[in-house]
Amino acid sequence: MTAWDYLLWVAFPYAASGVFVVGHLLRYRYDQFGWTSRSSQTYENRLLRWGSPMFHYGILMVIGGHVVGLFIPKPWLEFFGVTEHLYHLGATWLGTFAAVLTVAGLTILIYRRRLTKRVLLVTTVMDKVMYVFLASTILFGTTATVLYQIFGGGYDYRGSISPWIRSLYSFQPDPALMSDVPFFFQLHVLTATTLFLLWPFTRLVHVFSAPLGYLVRPYVVYRSRDDPRGAGSRAPRRGWEKSESPLERLRK
Amino acid sequence: MRVMAQMSMIMNLDKCIGCHTCSVTCKQVWTNRTGVEYAWFNNVETRPGIGYPREYENQEKWKGGWVLGKRGRLQLKAGGRLKKLSQIFNNPNLPQIDDYYEPWTYDYDMLTTAPAGTQSPVARPKSLLTGQNMDIKWSGNWDDNLGGSQETAAQDPILATMSEHVKMEFEETFMFYLPRICEHCLNPACVAACPSGAMYKREEDGIVLVDEDGCRGWRMCVSACPYKKVYFNHKTGKAEKCTLCYPLIEQGKPTICSETCVGRLRYLGLMLYDADAVLAAASIENDQDLLDAQRACFLDPFDPEVIAAAKAEGMADDWIEAAQNSPIYKLISEYEIALPLHPEYRTMPMVWYIPPLSPVVDVVSNSGSDGEDARTLFAAIDKLRIPVEYLAGLFSAGDVVPVELSLRKLAAMRAYMRDLNLGNEPDERIPNAVGMTGESIQAMYRLLAIAKYEDRYVIPKAHVETARELEELGCSLDTDGGPGMGGPGAAGHSGPYGNTVGMPLGATVDNYNEMTGRASPTAPTTPGRVNLLNWNGGGVPKGMFPPVADAGSAA
Repeated sequence: MTAWDYLLWVAFPYAASGVFVVGHLLRYRYDQFGWTSRSSQTYENRLLRWGSPMFHYGILMVIGGHVVGLFIPKPWLEFFGVTEHLYHLGATWLGTFAAVLTVAGLTILIYRRRLTKRVLLVTTVMDKVMYVFLASTILFGTTATVLYQIFGGGYDYRGSISPWIRSLYSFQPDPALMSDVPFFFQLHVLTATTLFLLWPFTRLVHVFSAPLGYLVRPYVVYRSRDDPRGAGSRAPRRGWEKSESPLERLRK
Repeated sequence: MRVMAQMSMIMNLDKCIGCHTCSVTCKQVWTNRTGVEYAWFNNVETRPGIGYPREYENQEKWKGGWVLGKRGRLQLKAGGRLKKLSQIFNNPNLPQIDDYYEPWTYDYDMLTTAPAGTQSPVARPKSLLTGQNMDIKWSGNWDDNLGGSQETAAQDPILATMSEHVKMEFEETFMFYLPRICEHCLNPACVAACPSGAMYKREEDGIVLVDEDGCRGWRMCVSACPYKKVYFNHKTGKAEKCTLCYPLIEQGKPTICSETCVGRLRYLGLMLYDADAVLAAASIENDQDLLDAQRACFLDPFDPEVIAAAKAEGMADDWIEAAQNSPIYKLISEYEIALPLHPEYRTMPMVWYIPPLSPVVDVVSNSGSDGEDARTLFAAIDKLRIPVEYLAGLFSAGDVVPVELSLRKLAAMRAYMRDLNLGNEPDERIPNAVGMTGESIQAMYRLLAIAKYEDRYVIPKAHVETARELEELGCSLDTDGGPGMGGPGAAGHSGPYGNTVGMPLGATVDNYNEMTGRASPTAPTTPGRVNLLNWNGGGVPKGMFPPVADAGSAA
């Protein structure tokens, strides 16, 4: 256990989580107008038509897999009859399918972003930084799976990485769990942590706007001009309240 | 019955000269920004033509608007909620920017900075998306005045549905202009399609708006609107659309497109409707019954029951009065000459049109006949299938009867008023032939042809009394017990400079009614005497000048 272990597997993840949570709260509070997926579909659709759904459906499966693998303790799954062998089969093959979908989609998307002049010109610096960490996270994760799970003997990350993550969230961090993890898994974890650190400052915030409420709301929305939320969707900020006469204020 | 008020517009197409002033002023006010260079909240199309964006009326291609589902239930043409959400990563029905046009500017700098040479410098077009040289191949009104229509007009979705083959040859064609803004529909498909719930219809005046803070850029509204009047700002990643200039409307002023229309062809006013009846009306099975179904949703603002219900909903008296004086109500419900654009999209649009008689009059006049004779015109309306069928394709889901009725009324007005203007005995049979009276024809003539400003725009102010009062506040010391208490700002109060003249007028003049109010004389609070220090500028009150001794000698 070196200082590096504490830095990489305790301090850095906590810092990233803190920035992730506080960053999102602040941005949601102060940058509603910037909260968008900033689609470039109107510029180019031939490649996006394939790349975007492939990537998004792929990454949703990947996220689902990670939730099962990282946050559900092994004994719980075994209680439901998911043995180590069954889990390994499922994780490897479903995971590979999702990875192929995601990597292929991402390849199309990056190719499109780089080579379509219109799209390239609207790509911000933050977009590029985000792409680097998103792509490397996916790439290292896939490499690790291919190296250790498919061609290697199979590495049981549910005995090391998963408890480590849960140790972080129970505020009893145990960096020792991570020190012997294979190199590409370590890299994968580090780039992913950096991605979470950057997340609130990128267009990735659109993930938290998944419009599930659409399924239950009435079709036509009515809103009053005198909506207490103000002209927009949020309460007016301090100093920007509507003017009102002193008498009006007293009456409240 | 749930009474709601809708601010609506009607355009009299006979008067549109296709000058694009409305489009240009709208652009200057709303869309001269990066990201919406290609967007025209107001555009003017030449018809027959393919419109802007190209072929927007072809709903088999764009899947805009509503359709009736298998069990007669209304659903979005692009699919139900789950299907829409599953397509959120790539909207298959979204128009590309090239379907509008690639925005460009010119290399103006070249004109002044090019070194002296044998050739004059040229300002080449540069794409606003890539900054590179480009060839301009299309724009918002590329087929203006049927330019190039021999190649493109065949793609006009309305022509494609017509039974007769229309020759797009110069001598045999007809044309008119169709200015378009957002329809501010009663059953808006864009609002229904917005996954974030960021689009809404305002309860007070029915204006459909995008909450820019709530919009997450899913783009479903752009494809769901069958009129393609919601635009994607490719810079901010948010949807934008015509706002019916709500900041002006709230102050009782007309929209910028209406105010600047040189043909004075736009009408603005309220329409009361029963919000509970809209869904059933939009779900009528037969497309051609939708026009009558929508008319049935409108409420009579003179009906005591309607007035009582409106008041119960909290509608102010001046709004009910405005609904009674509304030119929209007259043109839609009283004269029945205005028709909606594409009722078959089932969105219940609220920008209606008076179909143009001019294609018919042109043919009659060109053939050497009398273009103002009622019988000739009636016969021509019956005989000229092509323009009438085309108009029916636009305004009544292909049913020629309402279009014919509207055109016959316009023809009757033309003929009847000519007799009057020439001093002939007016022929009462002409109005009777279209189910009107001479009196109502003349009232309609005043509204359509004279078209006074105050008749065209009957717009009640939004009720924000407290905010307005503050804005007009004269003296900050003039509060209860304050040092300036009872100053000249307080109406009817005696101030340090004596009595005031009339009611205090606002510091700013916002609309026509206030302007006329200011120009008309106000009564002094002390009869017979005017203190000029307190004169509010309102006309010439009695007693301001000494009485003129003799009217004859004064001249």
